[in-house]
Amino acid sequence: MTTQPILDVSGLTMDFGGIRALNTLDLDVNNGEIVALIGPNGAGKTTFFNCITGIYTPTAGDIWLTPPGGGKKISLNGLKPNQVTEKGLARTFQNIRLFSKMTVLENVMIGRHCRTKAFIFGAIFRNKATLQEEQGILETSYAILEKVGLANYADEFAENLPYGAQRRLEIARALATEPLLLLLDEPAAGMNPQETIGLEHLIKQISREGQAILLIEHDMKLVMSLSDRIFVMDYGKKIAQGTPLEIRENPAVIKAYLGEEVDA
Amino acid sequence: MDYFIELLFSGLTRGSIYALIALGYTMVYGIIGLINFAHGEIYMIGAFTAFIVATVLSIYGFPLIAIVIIAGIAAVVWSSSYGYTIEKIAYKPLRHAPRLSPLISAIGMSIFLQNYVLLAQTSDFLPFPRLIPDFPFMEPIAHIVGSTDLVILVTTVIVMVALTFIIKFTLIGKAMRATSQDRTMATLVGINVNRVISATFIIGSGLAAIGGLLIASHIGQINFYIGFLAGIKAFTAAVLGGIGSIPGAVLGSLILGLTESFATGYVSSDYEDVFAFSLLVLILIFKPSGLLGKATNQKV
Amino acid sequence: MGLLKELKKGVLISLWFVFLTFPVMVIKVDPIARTVVWRWANALYMAVGTFFIYFLVQFFLRKKENRKETNDSKEQTLSFIHRILQDRLQRNILIGVVAVVAVFFPQFLSAYQTNVMTTALMYVVLGLGLNIVVGLAGLLDLGFVAFYAVGAYTYALLNLHFGLGFWAVLPIGGLIAATFGILLGFPVLRLRGDYLAIVTLGFGEIIRLILENWGQFSKGPSGISNISRPGFFGIEFSLQSSIIYTYYLMVLLVLVTIFVVNRLQDSRLGRAWIALREDEIACQAMGIDKRKTKLVAFSLGAFWAGIMGVMFAAKTTFVNPASFTFLESAIILSIVVLGGMGSIVGVLFGALILILMPEYLRALSQYRMLAFGAILVCMMVFRPQGLISNIRRTYTFKKKTTSSLCR
Repeated sequence: MTTQPILDVSGLTMDFGGIRALNTLDLDVNNGEIVALIGPNGAGKTTFFNCITGIYTPTAGDIWLTPPGGGKKISLNGLKPNQVTEKGLARTFQNIRLFSKMTVLENVMIGRHCRTKAFIFGAIFRNKATLQEEQGILETSYAILEKVGLANYADEFAENLPYGAQRRLEIARALATEPLLLLLDEPAAGMNPQETIGLEHLIKQISREGQAILLIEHDMKLVMSLSDRIFVMDYGKKIAQGTPLEIRENPAVIKAYLGEEVDA
Repeated sequence: MDYFIELLFSGLTRGSIYALIALGYTMVYGIIGLINFAHGEIYMIGAFTAFIVATVLSIYGFPLIAIVIIAGIAAVVWSSSYGYTIEKIAYKPLRHAPRLSPLISAIGMSIFLQNYVLLAQTSDFLPFPRLIPDFPFMEPIAHIVGSTDLVILVTTVIVMVALTFIIKFTLIGKAMRATSQDRTMATLVGINVNRVISATFIIGSGLAAIGGLLIASHIGQINFYIGFLAGIKAFTAAVLGGIGSIPGAVLGSLILGLTESFATGYVSSDYEDVFAFSLLVLILIFKPSGLLGKATNQKV
Repeated sequence: MGLLKELKKGVLISLWFVFLTFPVMVIKVDPIARTVVWRWANALYMAVGTFFIYFLVQFFLRKKENRKETNDSKEQTLSFIHRILQDRLQRNILIGVVAVVAVFFPQFLSAYQTNVMTTALMYVVLGLGLNIVVGLAGLLDLGFVAFYAVGAYTYALLNLHFGLGFWAVLPIGGLIAATFGILLGFPVLRLRGDYLAIVTLGFGEIIRLILENWGQFSKGPSGISNISRPGFFGIEFSLQSSIIYTYYLMVLLVLVTIFVVNRLQDSRLGRAWIALREDEIACQAMGIDKRKTKLVAFSLGAFWAGIMGVMFAAKTTFVNPASFTFLESAIILSIVVLGGMGSIVGVLFGALILILMPEYLRALSQYRMLAFGAILVCMMVFRPQGLISNIRRTYTFKKKTTSSLCR
């Protein structure tokens, strides 16, 4: 491949006091790909997400984001979370973090925040540009809700949604920021089998539309069926990478998961 | 030189009083993560109870030693009861509410108690009876260190030792430490968290009452509003030392007391309170974890 | 059986409160005359009072419990006022009645009453300003009065030294207060909620203490007097008509404030504030600049406090530091909390109830602050959403139509 990967992480290291949570980790995601990051509990997967999204400042390492189609490489090092999102990395959270006292539609509208501009003046005077912008926000948000199948819930409070729908809303909200790369942190956690199947369809659908996705997931069946490539972590280190087929046969992976079911 | 020593002792005395109040803040914060805004009022009520009881007894002609003991006990008993009751009314129902709710409730409680004392008693400054006589053996250095200062320092040291003992060695102390580290875990190992929280409020309030009694006899007058300023300053001290940390509260209090004393002694007394507030603002901005506190990371 | 048990508990609790309040309520000593008054009646009142309050509280708790069971908290029972506001006709009638009352108020009532009403309206605006900060953005600001003081002193000093008039200073006062808001907000807004509250409180006290002690600048505790009242294109009013004029001015300011706050609330910015209140980390992950958004809320709140400060100085023609204590911040906070955080109608009601009630029930006025304290506690415990909770706007969206933004 000649094109640059969308996300290129190299040598990412994160220390908490004396504990090395991430150890010189390399990872890349290409345009249109679904990449999975797996590993036993406490391997440092969520820490990895927190580092690349600017919630933690990594001890060492480089994070590069390249817009597809020959855009300029952007360094994400040292950016604040909101700047990272603006540059094109959007995430969901392992323990759902919706704006629970806002409606479902408003939750998605918040995602449009970084792609819109209206400020105090616009808010008070509602000039034409602001009105058009608001209309745009509303239309895009509604379209995204339709895509994830939550349009019927648009005026419900987010906290009143069933669990699976809340996870979908998190995805919808992240999509609203128009990310170059979508980061999903255990999207299937706590879902029943039916909801998981629905989620699988949703992720595939989003991916078909050209969205690059990096996901952390424990559900091996889901990971194997979705991913183009898989990275495996243990104790903050990358222990393997490859296609689902390669990973399934990798002895290091089997060893790391020993005692845990590799169900695929 | 004498002036320096005088200021030093006056600073230590102030610091000791702040420490007695600051401990209540820090213990409560350590256990339930709440800034108990009404704590200053507990201290004020302690001082008022002591004032009322001592004056009544002296009018009825009790001997000084009996007055001191009875007034002291009354102050501690009533302040602790207030602390216990306030927790039950204003904080316990809000244990799972958003973080700011108990704080607003605490502010309301503080305003309520101030005005309750104002209405039931008076808004005037009341002369506090002299409970501590001038000890003859202090005569030669009385112009530098008063007898009251001595009593305050000694009492504070005794109280600190007792508190350390309670927290280190008694069952309830161990339960407190466990609860402050992880409340859920403490519940799981069978600690009655509600009782621990009540105990924390009772102990903290008792300490504040002792502080109230001592400062009132030191300054010689009280009114319903003394709790606000003392509360803020003690809170400053607790934050300076690192809120949640008991040695931190003592250290912070002594530092605050000494700096205040030297600043007013050598610079100017006009801006004494401005100084305390500025210190508070500066610490919270630049080192919110304080001198001995642990920085906490929010879990994502 | 159950009733007997309840009664016993009620008696025990009232006895506990009798004990608790015994020294403060019953004994009153005069240390100078050396006399003791035993007010035993107070103990009796306390016993009976707490006994009934206990059952009242039990009743409310049970009602709340029942409501939770039947309603599943999903559908909030709309309060009376909500139902009126949602019906267009009823809403217009209500607005009409309020407008008529507001317009003719000074015609029918005395100058004193008008003055009281003006004060209440000032608190409406102050409450709406603080509502942006506390209610929408979720930043507990306990030093709001500082910005009020900044506005008041801006007018007092500019009027004293340069003879500037009310209208010239009105925007200046607001802007200077907003600048103070930004200056303070810059370092402190990254603090956690409860620390932020204490820092703002400290800041409020610092401002007051500086005004008190820096005599050359602010004339110290004695304050600045003879400040000009608001004029109207150079016309000076008599005292009587000035009061009426100030009243109408305040009505106008309230309307402007409601208009602006309402629009802010329903904007991109307003959504960001509410999201920030709900979850800061998720908010940042959605690309919202936390600091900037908070700073805007903080300074907008300060702006209104500043404007009201100018108004206050102009209305009373006198300012001194004693008007700007922490209690003032607490009163404004009570208004917001009582009304319902984030709710404009709530603030309106909150201010009118809290400011007018003690004025008209003179017997109550000395219990004013006591009541404010109790309100803060009770609202948090029993009804955290306030008297009139805010209903979130729902967006009607019709596909492929462009004019669906308007409700």
